[in-house]
Amino acid sequence: MTLIDLANPSKFLSLTARVLPWLAAVTAIVLAIGLYQSATAPDDYQQGATVKIMFVHVPNAWLSMLVWGVMSLAALGTLVWRHPLADVAAKAAAPIGAAFTFLALVTGSLWGRPMWGTYWEWDARLTSVLILFLMYLGLIALWRAVEDPSRAARAAAVLTLVGAINLPIIKFSVDWWNTLHQPASVMRLGGPTLDRAFLVPLLMMAAAFSLLFVTLLLAAMRNEILRRRLRSLQMMQARAFSSEVDAGSREKTVPFGAA
Amino acid sequence: MTAQAALIRRDIRIAVRVGGGALIGVLFFLTVVVLMPFAVGPDLALLTRLGPAILWLGALLASLLTLDRLFMADHEDGSLDLIVMSRTPLELACATKALAHWMAAGLPLIVATPVLGLLLNLDTRSTAAVALTLLAGTPSLTFTGMIGAALAVTLHRGGLLLAVLVLPLSIPVLIFGVAASQAAISGLSFGAPFSILCALSLVSFVVGPFAAAASLRHGLD
Amino acid sequence: MRVWGRGVGCVRGGREVFSRLHFEAASGQALAVTGPNGSGKTSLLRLIAGLLIPATGSIALEGGETELTLPEQAHYLGHRDALKPALSVVENLAFWRDFIGGEAGDTNKSLAAVGLDHAAHLPAAYLSAGQRRRLSLARLLAVKRPIWLLDEPAAALDTAGQSLFAGLMGDHLASGGLIIAATHGPLGIAAKELRIGGAS
Repeated sequence: MTLIDLANPSKFLSLTARVLPWLAAVTAIVLAIGLYQSATAPDDYQQGATVKIMFVHVPNAWLSMLVWGVMSLAALGTLVWRHPLADVAAKAAAPIGAAFTFLALVTGSLWGRPMWGTYWEWDARLTSVLILFLMYLGLIALWRAVEDPSRAARAAAVLTLVGAINLPIIKFSVDWWNTLHQPASVMRLGGPTLDRAFLVPLLMMAAAFSLLFVTLLLAAMRNEILRRRLRSLQMMQARAFSSEVDAGSREKTVPFGAA
Repeated sequence: MTAQAALIRRDIRIAVRVGGGALIGVLFFLTVVVLMPFAVGPDLALLTRLGPAILWLGALLASLLTLDRLFMADHEDGSLDLIVMSRTPLELACATKALAHWMAAGLPLIVATPVLGLLLNLDTRSTAAVALTLLAGTPSLTFTGMIGAALAVTLHRGGLLLAVLVLPLSIPVLIFGVAASQAAISGLSFGAPFSILCALSLVSFVVGPFAAAASLRHGLD
Repeated sequence: MRVWGRGVGCVRGGREVFSRLHFEAASGQALAVTGPNGSGKTSLLRLIAGLLIPATGSIALEGGETELTLPEQAHYLGHRDALKPALSVVENLAFWRDFIGGEAGDTNKSLAAVGLDHAAHLPAAYLSAGQRRRLSLARLLAVKRPIWLLDEPAAALDTAGQSLFAGLMGDHLASGGLIIAATHGPLGIAAKELRIGGAS
């Protein structure tokens, strides 16, 4: 199975149909192990049980950036190699990335609640994640605003790449803005000084969420391919009438990827 | 009534399906509110004090800027001609379109207010006050903005020109909307500014449709 | 029922398009407005539809329902199809049927009459130009209004569509309707000709 074979949406559908159940099962198992390990991990001597939010927050925050990276690769695929599955992948990944980002925001704010006494603090990290969330929403709005998928794909690809270049700049600016106004952030999650008792469940949860992302992405890509096929079929149905009159004059529409 | 119901149903369907209207309005609202702390600094006490004003400004900009296409889209595809020729008076049709637009784009802003209140560290009471004043005031913004949207058809321009035309007209609503929410938060007399806000809305329900219809009648060609 | 114009003049953007135009059409009659490009055929139809105001002269309706104005009893089929791509074919038609007012008919029958019933629930965005025009024609059938103002009705229609439309116009005239159409080619039905502008 080479990359060329995968480029064919029909091959992609049949391959993922076989892979997906296994992938979902593995995801469920790893997630169960991760949750169990997280639950049995010791409480932190300072933060108590709230430290366990970290096991969900950190993987989500990590994935929120990874998904944008995946979308950037897909955007290159759309713009440079014109890979037929690239824009499908980019479109399918955006809502998933937004969901991970949203979870990172919610868990971050829940984690901060006992620290700050409020649900929201304009902390440098959380603020950066919030901006990332806004960019995801903007990207989704762009996908929805343009009816023709291939035109939307190119616009979204450009925006994704511009976002990828800008995200570090935004992150740096927000950090600078934040230290300008208040002393260093109170929020310190993760980092290499972590104890083994925390590190193992954290890595397990990170693996579980990454698997979850791959599973959701493949499932969403299947949906998107089927949705495009449905669209092509509907267009063919709309054009089908009075074919005895001028069948030759109509442009031929082929279902997406069926050729 | 079936004619008005049909128009409301159509406009809301389009707003929901095209993924433009409602969602982008809320996203714009969210973005404007998120920008504020970068300008004034992440000081929660300050943001709490400014909160109602920030939320009102965001909602005002969001509800006016989404009005851009209210009549323009119907003008471009020829629907406006048929609306003018229908047996529904044009004033009533304009009012109906504005109502549909408010339901599709204005109400989601109010629903989003509590989330944004959280970002600005507003307590429940303040958030409720802002949401209530927005509920009373945003219809007025839509009905006033409709005049600008109708002028945009006459002038074949949209976007910023619309904003320049309409923003000054919305100043009274902003004044009394923010005043009423501040009054509710600080425990001062809430009734007076809130009544005036409601009165402004009622005036706009009368003036807006007539001005818009007059503008549209002269704008057809 | 009779629609007439006396000494009608039209000024657009400071330019006089036509002046002192007389015309008349009665129930069961079709009036074909012909003339070169820019002679003001579309403007004349829009004047009758009440979408423009005549610079001079007057246009009036005799007979018909006294409570209603001329535009309120007329269908206008312009260059633009007044369709929303986001709505399905039947949603587009049902909206105009419910909104513009007049004796409402059955949307499915109207769609079948123009050969679009198979696409009723598909988005209007998927229709070709000719199909969009057919959907506009279905509007004339879904709501009964006695006066039809048609601007290049045959544009974008294939030959089958043109003969279908000629049949619909014939039925409309036979039931006491009145048609005023701006056209370049033959309408496909017997019509009085009103030639405006230019010597050609």
